[in-house]
Amino acid sequence: MSEAMISLLTQAFGETLMMVGLSGLISCLFGIPLGVLLHNTKAGELWANPTLNHILGISVNIGRSVPFIILLVAIIPLTRIIVGSSIGTLAATVPLTIAAIPFVARLIEGALMEVPSGLVEAANAMGATPLQIICKVCLPEALPGIINSITITLVTLVNYSAMAGAVGGGGLGDVGIRYGFHRFEPQILIITVIVLIALVQVIQMLGDYLVNKVDHR
Amino acid sequence: MIQLENLNKIFGKGEQQVVALNHVNLNIEAGQIFGVIGASGAGKSTLIRCVNLLERPDSGKVILDGTELTALNKQELGQARRKIGMIFQHFNLLSSRTVAENIALPLEFERYDGAAIKQRVAELLTLVGLDDKANVYPAQLSGGQKQRVAIARALATSPKVLLCDEATSALDPETTKSILNLLKDINHKLQITILMITHEMEVIKSICDQVAIIDRGELIEKNSVADFFSHPKTELAKRFIAATIHIEIPHEYQMRLSSEPKPSTFPLVRLGFSGASVDAPLISELSRKYHVDVSILSANMDYAGGVKFGYMLAELFGESEQTDLAIQFLIEHHLSVEVLGYV
Repeated sequence: MSEAMISLLTQAFGETLMMVGLSGLISCLFGIPLGVLLHNTKAGELWANPTLNHILGISVNIGRSVPFIILLVAIIPLTRIIVGSSIGTLAATVPLTIAAIPFVARLIEGALMEVPSGLVEAANAMGATPLQIICKVCLPEALPGIINSITITLVTLVNYSAMAGAVGGGGLGDVGIRYGFHRFEPQILIITVIVLIALVQVIQMLGDYLVNKVDHR
Repeated sequence: MIQLENLNKIFGKGEQQVVALNHVNLNIEAGQIFGVIGASGAGKSTLIRCVNLLERPDSGKVILDGTELTALNKQELGQARRKIGMIFQHFNLLSSRTVAENIALPLEFERYDGAAIKQRVAELLTLVGLDDKANVYPAQLSGGQKQRVAIARALATSPKVLLCDEATSALDPETTKSILNLLKDINHKLQITILMITHEMEVIKSICDQVAIIDRGELIEKNSVADFFSHPKTELAKRFIAATIHIEIPHEYQMRLSSEPKPSTFPLVRLGFSGASVDAPLISELSRKYHVDVSILSANMDYAGGVKFGYMLAELFGESEQTDLAIQFLIEHHLSVEVLGYV
């Protein structure tokens, strides 16, 4: 393998990391609060508001049902507004983030549902405000589930980022398609896939390690 | 301290309607340990959850230490709840926090500063006897220890009232005893009013001052524990008591038992002792005065709420006029006498 190839792969690896890292971070920033809302606006929960819950639920479902490859091109105008360009790695993080937010929200909602209702009740009996209950009881108690959700999201983002090549986002998937598939260089294809597999393994192991660390159940 | 006025609560609609509370009135004085006993589904959980309004009654008033909780807005209610501690059957401890951090939780809600929290938590750990477990996670504790942590947590904000929702139902008998002793201890030391609901007579017997029975959402009997055990008024109360002091007619006697006296049969009686009658030597007096011999089949005496009480199953041997007089004598001396039949 030539030096040029190695530097190409290194650069692509960096791009993948950046796309996954940045969109992972931002989608958590929005997705976690959205998940909290999604859970707590349900009937009988802390901020029970069935109408809002319905609206949020439908929005999240829409977000999750649009195929990523379509989302990627459909929101090009929005991408241009946000990052000033519709092509490149940074541009690719916009659709990645938007696809990941509802995904994160649903997973967080699921993690919160795992918190025994007795704990919320106990906190209520102590006279805690809903915000205190969420911050001091629900989120810490759901932390193992939340970390697991983030792990799943990052792995999914690694997967999605491979499609970012469609808008010139680069990354390992893009290299695999362009060099490995279109130019018939199976060696490149295999290397990119192996690197992606390794990346996913590392993310999953790190996630599992953290879950273990915070789980005292 | 706790006043419930005409509380009503109905769950569900139409045919599936369940009346959980039906015109419940209750007045619990400060410093008392008040027990509410009932079978599962009788509405006792709803009752205790209405006291701090975890469950809102459909109508009626909850007055706690002079404040009408049912008239407060959300914020005021939050403040009021800080003066009500609560413990649960399944402890409801946070698995993500250590013992000390769990106890600190209500103090954090009240925005105590770190040093004050540390000091208070140390006091509470000593109170419940868990000084060495401060940095352990609940998962590593036994059920009894978990309930101790929950008690410490409930007491953190120095509440005037402690609500115990089936607090010992998930514990083994030995642990139940130690938790009940702790509660009694706390009641003495802190002069805290305790309301506990339970389905175990043992709990009522060992620590309560007052007791009420709930059945299908109604409080059908309220009394001091002493009077409750010595003079139960309702059928359900009698059943609950009978369940705790096991006294049954032996099988062979049951076979021979006839409802009418026949020649050479003698009355089989169940004697109920209570209060003063327990101490008087009535049985020996019976033999001396009426020449009636008493054969005791089984007896069970117990102690609750400061009085002794109990039941005795006995056969009275003697002439029928004499046994009648003897029964009369026992009734005059405040025993409850029930002729079960003749054997």
